[in-house]
Amino acid sequence: MCGIAGICNLGEPAPISVETLRRMVGAIRYRGPDEAGLFVDDYCGLGHARLSIIDLSGGSQPIHNESESLWIIFNGEIFNYLELRQDLLSKGHTFYTSSDTEVILHIYEELGPKCLERLNGQFAIAIWDSSKRELFLARDRVGIRPLFYVLDGGRFVFASEIKSLFSAGGVPCRIDPIALDEVFTFWTTLPGKTMFRDVRELPPGHYMMAAKGNITIRKYWELPFHHAEDHLDWPVDKICNEVAGLLLDATRIRLRSDVPVGCYLSGGLDSSGITALVRRNFNNNLRTFGIGFAEKDFDESPYQDRMVSHLGTEHSSVLADNTLIGSRFPDVVWHCEKPLLRTAPVPLFLLSDVVRGKRFKVVLTGEGADEIFGGYNIFRETLVRRFWAKDPDSKYRPLLIRKLYPYIFKDSRSKSTLGAFFAKGIEDTDDPFFSHRIRWENTSRLKSLFSDDLRSEVGTYNGYDVLRASLPEPFGSWDPLSKAQYLEAAIFLSNYLLSSQGDRVAMAHSVEIRLPFLDYRVIEFMGRVPPKWKIRGMNEKYLLKKVFAELLPEPILKRAKHPYRAPIQKSLFDSDRPELRDSLSGETVRRIGLFDPKRVEILLSKIRRSQKASEVEEMALAGIASTHLVADQFLTGFPYRPIVPVTVKIFVDRRSVAKN
Amino acid sequence: MDNSDLETKIMKYISENFLYRTDYNNVDKGASLIGSGIFDSTGILEIITYLEEKLNIKVEDEEVIPDNFDSINAITTFTRKKLDGIAKGEAI
Repeated sequence: MCGIAGICNLGEPAPISVETLRRMVGAIRYRGPDEAGLFVDDYCGLGHARLSIIDLSGGSQPIHNESESLWIIFNGEIFNYLELRQDLLSKGHTFYTSSDTEVILHIYEELGPKCLERLNGQFAIAIWDSSKRELFLARDRVGIRPLFYVLDGGRFVFASEIKSLFSAGGVPCRIDPIALDEVFTFWTTLPGKTMFRDVRELPPGHYMMAAKGNITIRKYWELPFHHAEDHLDWPVDKICNEVAGLLLDATRIRLRSDVPVGCYLSGGLDSSGITALVRRNFNNNLRTFGIGFAEKDFDESPYQDRMVSHLGTEHSSVLADNTLIGSRFPDVVWHCEKPLLRTAPVPLFLLSDVVRGKRFKVVLTGEGADEIFGGYNIFRETLVRRFWAKDPDSKYRPLLIRKLYPYIFKDSRSKSTLGAFFAKGIEDTDDPFFSHRIRWENTSRLKSLFSDDLRSEVGTYNGYDVLRASLPEPFGSWDPLSKAQYLEAAIFLSNYLLSSQGDRVAMAHSVEIRLPFLDYRVIEFMGRVPPKWKIRGMNEKYLLKKVFAELLPEPILKRAKHPYRAPIQKSLFDSDRPELRDSLSGETVRRIGLFDPKRVEILLSKIRRSQKASEVEEMALAGIASTHLVADQFLTGFPYRPIVPVTVKIFVDRRSVAKN
Repeated sequence: MDNSDLETKIMKYISENFLYRTDYNNVDKGASLIGSGIFDSTGILEIITYLEEKLNIKVEDEEVIPDNFDSINAITTFTRKKLDGIAKGEAI
């Protein structure tokens, strides 16, 4: 796991500054504090910050092929590299390291971009073909590892994080009003977009080729959902056996490492299942890490403790209290590089610090199971609302919504009116966004807080149209659950969960996460499993519970789904961190100009008065504070954290005239 | 309090608390507050708390239905009835 950065001249050669490459690597040094390496020729410069995990002594990057015409820098892991290496050796390739990085280079030599279909892993790759003057960039199927780029005239600049791009100098830093519109609708930007006007992200499952003045971007993988005719008609036990086998193998190859691998353990079904798989099959001496909350409503410690004693792991946990969450919020925003409508990334940031403190660099997590196996309430809500839509006058069908959200229906008086809330749009079952529209419209209310200037810059932009145009062609023929799963995975998983609650907050403390549920073989198999086996009546993740039945104690298997969340109002209001207090001040609202000062003041005084802000108001609070923090950290106060000086272990200089 | 005062109070409350604005004259009094996205899932409970605390009416559980609360007109009519003591059940 590492950080990568580079500059490529698309047209005529122009001097590439080694100092600039150093700065770009220095900006993301925490992604790879163990080593650094640089390559530079007349057309391309590559920089690498290494977190050494495989082939500790020999795997330094950049790595080259036999003829030294191809050079690679790589962030991530290829979990099936041992098998691929055998195959490449038999084809006559020779290796000078035992790393997975070198395997990518040789398989790329063999197959070109088609090599991506053979890689099972999480990755952002850059390969410079110095003889063809071609730069190849690729990102893993679901977007576990980040890759950003900017085209600045004839200069193409790319990096693992946006702050590295801005460290290159000459890259304009402007907040994109459209991005704000998207965040305040979908909870994140849509694939490819970032918070900054000129900065793009290579979408998951895509590669890009920069050569001869041109850039081409191609999709090589799509989230695999299918029409009902193509679903498997296997008996459920056979499906379970297949899933169990795939998960075991996905976990097995994710333990490949030359450093110890730990597990995140929340006490929920997913992380408990993965931890149990590791403990029972591969590692008797397992280290686990978990989060406890001082606020009881958010805390899962009793279940976590139960799993720890059940499996006998050596466990460390971090207690996330409100003060701590607030005080680290600005740091988390710096790492996530986008506004956050939640504080949930903060405890994960605190947790990776604990992991690093225990000298661990790698952990497995249970992330991705909800998307692939059907765990989220929004999926069940969709199915209930569709069932209700078939008999809209039924008195009993809406009661299922109550079963789904007992905590928002706990006030007896809300029964009838909340029904009306969830009935919104119920007749429009052909709407491609049927599953998510209530959530998105609810979030869009926050846009009433935008300033007039921001509103006019957003103009008539409509994120729904852009999203609709990006849907895969067969989307309309999928069943309702598959459609909802697709939207959740394509937008929220890759652009928020895997980044703001995944890569960014783990890498902030030089920790690599590995996600067995997102092995593409698991995803592709589950895409062919009929929806009735994912959610059975109101029972979510039915298959997964069956698969884990032998491994987990009953209270874990039977407990109600507990969404991972963190306190917002109590963490962000009256924080002892001055920057956070400033981010909500009237002066900051006026100075930055993205929100309407009067409306924000009304909102904040309402929240201050009420003991409990509504869900939308809490999102507003986090959204406004984090938008202002992004603006201050990147526009006026860049770099918010110092760029670290880099000592280079490998420096390959192929310039015709060497300069600085 | 006459009807227009009552309506103004309710409009002002909804405008400030759900639209975060003080210029409440443009609010459509007949529009569905749930349908147009002005109320979130707990919006109706908030307005009821306001009516009970500030206007001293008591809203019964069975009266908490969209017909009574889904627009400014509906809320005004309902509250008027309660204030006048002619609503079903116990008034005021």
